[in-house]
Amino acid sequence: MTADIGNARADDRVVSPADVVAYALRLGDDALVYAQRMGGWIAAAPQLEEDVALGNIGLDLLGQARSFLTYAGELEGAGRDEDDLAYLRDERDFVNAQIFELPNGDFAFTVARMLVTSAYQVELYTRLATSGDATIAAIAAKAVKEVDYHRDHATQWMLRLGDGTDESHRRMVRALEDVWPYVGELFESDDLTARLTEAGVAADPGSLEDATLEYVAGVLAEATLEVPNTHVHHRGGRRGVHTEHMGYLLAELQYLHRSHPGASW
Amino acid sequence: MTERPGDQATDIDEWPLWEVFVRAKRGLNHVHVGSLHAPDAQMAIRNARDLYTRRQEGVSIWVLPADQISASSPDEKDAFFDPAADKIYRHPTFYHVPDGVEHL
Repeated sequence: MTADIGNARADDRVVSPADVVAYALRLGDDALVYAQRMGGWIAAAPQLEEDVALGNIGLDLLGQARSFLTYAGELEGAGRDEDDLAYLRDERDFVNAQIFELPNGDFAFTVARMLVTSAYQVELYTRLATSGDATIAAIAAKAVKEVDYHRDHATQWMLRLGDGTDESHRRMVRALEDVWPYVGELFESDDLTARLTEAGVAADPGSLEDATLEYVAGVLAEATLEVPNTHVHHRGGRRGVHTEHMGYLLAELQYLHRSHPGASW
Repeated sequence: MTERPGDQATDIDEWPLWEVFVRAKRGLNHVHVGSLHAPDAQMAIRNARDLYTRRQEGVSIWVLPADQISASSPDEKDAFFDPAADKIYRHPTFYHVPDGVEHL
């Protein structure tokens, strides 16, 4: 797989496979952890129809996670497959942004988060579809259609709940205040993304911010809501620093595999 | 963020029933596949997409409010349908079809 990178890169500088592994892990962990959260809504959503919708969104995300983690494992060359990476790493090894691991909260919080994360992923995958790394480009090209639908789903609900009843409006205002301190981390660049952006492999996170927030702000305005004004800014997920909710999430996600190694059905 | 999922659950009676029709591919008719609950038509189409086409069953979806459908009554079944049973002359089987006529 390293040949792909070498052949397709934009300039003559060598792209470190270790960098691409680290980047694929970020993309995969975002999707994996978020898929786990969406799965938590099954049989708990306001309606059966919404159970299925959120479950489908979770399965889309799980598919993205499998692709990215499988690629990371292959490129790493240490014999780890998608299951090893998903089930046998510990909390500090996960490099997802914290917004994805936050508990589902009420339905308003789930919708508020999905509006932001799906708007971000649409911009991200659209850009990655032309990545110099052929595998990342192929995964992104398939995923962009999926997250486009997630964004539409979140948009539809945001419009109805924001511009709905007094109670739904009140809850959505609170949900946006809860989610907003975790939004900024999505757009933080670091040395890794700088190197890979330079090499034409990654999308610079900072460059995705304007388009993402423009979409979100447009929906919020139509939903009679305002973009929260917050000075709190949580970060650390990309370095393996997580919220107190992450350990519980991983316990549920990893329990079966660790109790019954290699179990399948 | 202290509430648990489900706290917001609403009375299912608040969401009207929709009948869903899916066209499997171009050229075929939309066929009734089932029903679902949704707050409005736009959400009904999206719910139908998730419930009835996620295994590539269709290329087009119609939804209709179930209460907008007028149906024949089961009580009138005999009067409505039985008289047609012995009218074989209503079938065009007594005509000679000239050679070369296609698509009949």
